[in-house]
Amino acid sequence: MADAGMLRFHVPEPEVRPGGTPDFSNVTIAAAGSVPRPDIDVDPRTIRDMAFSIIRVLNRDGEAVGPWAGLLSSEELLEGLRHMMTLRTFDARMQMAQRQGKTSFYMQHLGEEAVSCAFRKALEPGDMNFPTYRQAGLLIADGYPMVTMMNQIYSNEADPLKGRQLPIMYSSKEHGFFSISGNLATQYIQAVGWAMASAISNDSKIAAAWIGDGSTAESDFHSALVFASTYKAPVVLNVVNNQWAISTFQGIARGGSGTFAARGLGFGIPSLRVDGNDYLAVHAVAKWAAERARKNLGPTLVEYVTYRAGAHSSSDDPSAYRPKTESDAWPLGDPIVRLKNHLIGLGVWSDERHAQAEAEILDTVIAAQKEAESHGTLHAGGKPSTRDMFEGLYAEMPPHLRRQRQQAGV
Amino acid sequence: MPRRTMIEAIRDAMDVSMGRDEKVVVFGEDVGFFGGVFRCTQGLQAKYGKTRCFDAPINESGIVGSAIGMAAYGLKPCVEIQFADYMYPAYDQLTQEAARLRYRSNGDFTCPIVVRMPTGGGIFGGQTHSQSPEALFTHVSGLKTVVPSNPHDAKGLLIAAIEDPDPVIFLEPKRLYNGPFDGHHDRPVTPWSKHELGEVADGHYTVPLGKAAIRRAGSDVTVLAYGTMVYVAQAAAEETGIDAEIIDLRTLLPLDLDAIVASVKKTGRCVIVHEATLTSGFGAELSALVQENCFYHLEAPVARVAGWDTPYPHAQEWDYFPGPARVGRALIETMEA
Repeated sequence: MADAGMLRFHVPEPEVRPGGTPDFSNVTIAAAGSVPRPDIDVDPRTIRDMAFSIIRVLNRDGEAVGPWAGLLSSEELLEGLRHMMTLRTFDARMQMAQRQGKTSFYMQHLGEEAVSCAFRKALEPGDMNFPTYRQAGLLIADGYPMVTMMNQIYSNEADPLKGRQLPIMYSSKEHGFFSISGNLATQYIQAVGWAMASAISNDSKIAAAWIGDGSTAESDFHSALVFASTYKAPVVLNVVNNQWAISTFQGIARGGSGTFAARGLGFGIPSLRVDGNDYLAVHAVAKWAAERARKNLGPTLVEYVTYRAGAHSSSDDPSAYRPKTESDAWPLGDPIVRLKNHLIGLGVWSDERHAQAEAEILDTVIAAQKEAESHGTLHAGGKPSTRDMFEGLYAEMPPHLRRQRQQAGV
Repeated sequence: MPRRTMIEAIRDAMDVSMGRDEKVVVFGEDVGFFGGVFRCTQGLQAKYGKTRCFDAPINESGIVGSAIGMAAYGLKPCVEIQFADYMYPAYDQLTQEAARLRYRSNGDFTCPIVVRMPTGGGIFGGQTHSQSPEALFTHVSGLKTVVPSNPHDAKGLLIAAIEDPDPVIFLEPKRLYNGPFDGHHDRPVTPWSKHELGEVADGHYTVPLGKAAIRRAGSDVTVLAYGTMVYVAQAAAEETGIDAEIIDLRTLLPLDLDAIVASVKKTGRCVIVHEATLTSGFGAELSALVQENCFYHLEAPVARVAGWDTPYPHAQEWDYFPGPARVGRALIETMEA
């Protein structure tokens, strides 16, 4: 080679940029039903290949097939469909409210609804999620009131967080939803600590850690895997791979490892990949991992392969960095359409009932929105007091803060 | 009353706390079987078992991050960072997570953790075993920062910190672990067994956070100090013959401003001493507070004696350390101003 000895710097690039034709032909997707379901006490060394495959239940004809199928009744699936539809409608209304200036910021889940909605149904009461900003399905699927979520988004007088937090950074201990920081990856090791505490206390509760593909590059991801592996913590380590970290394609965080699930292998953690747009597959894998945690078998790493069909946030414009048609070309489809077709195939659902449910859900969301807006929006109506800004930093307000509050005249 | 070293007093505080409350857990690097590189946790694993006191991977962010998760669950972790110099990987977890959890969740989740770390130099530890990063914590809304100066206070303050419902940074001046070091590095140090503040009562007691102590009453000048510098200031006062009133702050945040203001209004002069670097050090905050609250009582400019604005050197340790000679000069200049 002419340039032998001269080093060359490598920067990965996505396959396609704006103006190009989306092409996912290089994405290898296992056929639905083809990946075996090992026993939960399997020796992790014997299932390393699962970190490079994709567990899928729903096939192209909308049938549930293979060893991961059959866990959910049609009633439970109908409920799951309703949760995903509710989340999508909620997102659309709140995204619009942000555009109308009713709040500063919003983040939607478009295309990723199955991940958090299905996962929630694999947990027990008292279990704790340490979510990122894109798992509101955990709240929707647990019956957390939409009005309360909207009050938080609007930072209004009824905001349970008193206007202190950016929109969508919810917190609900009661619903097993740890306060969202807004920082990335910090919650991952905290989830492991929570799980360690549960084990230290001989409790039966487990934790679920959440992170996106991009943030796996943070050192706290490594910290979490070390601690989870060392102490066999009862935690499910979730990685939501939605292909994009704002404008940065997943290859920048992933490097040469092939998959994010493969990150768990060096820690001896069973590491699975699952079709994140397949409600049944997400639920089945989550259930398997949760059961392992609860039976003292330790952590499981799960990579949900999905696609962020919308913008990263209300401040983002994906057309600047990826083809507009890329989401249509995404080979794993849309989670709502896929579950809908499955239920129609089961004979328990129809296009008419679906359209009717969409209308009902829209009415419910609009009613919640009206109620929330009666308590104010970011720039209009009732809002948290300036006094609230000084409260609640410490259990007891220290003297210097009391003086500053007096200076502020509140 | 039994006399204990500061190490024994700190260990006793954790022992008492673990005995009273099974929610208290202790972990960190080398903390479990071995009992810590300074031996502060010696015997705790044998007494309380591996689930209450255990070794952690060398991962400070992981130690503090997991402690935050444990606190959110309902435990009361008291973790050790082996040297304060090693805390930087955990700084994100401390400042953006532990400090703000109560606030951002409006009390839905809280973070009652204690993060112990040996601080300060004087042991030929070089730039990575000598730092005093207290100002990096006092600048953070939501943390409390404590620096004990003797075994009696160390035990009472640590028990109070463990029982506190919010995150507390507990900085242990490592040069004081075995005796009240006054900066005269060429002389033997009196062991705590021969010092009245080495008296440490058995069982449970607390020293409240946010309360300073007057170590030496005086009328000429107020010296604000904490940790090792309390003894350096005492030596400087004795050697210059200046009747200094030495206030041991004990807790930097919340700060006992009332004690500071009362003393400076009485003496009309103020010298601030710390081992950390000068610029933007905690002394800057103290100086500002003194002029804001005592300006019309001041007879002289507020003086600061601190570590030079360089990394902590190895061979030049005693040129760097603000010893009794430098503090004495500041006392004299302040009296003559």
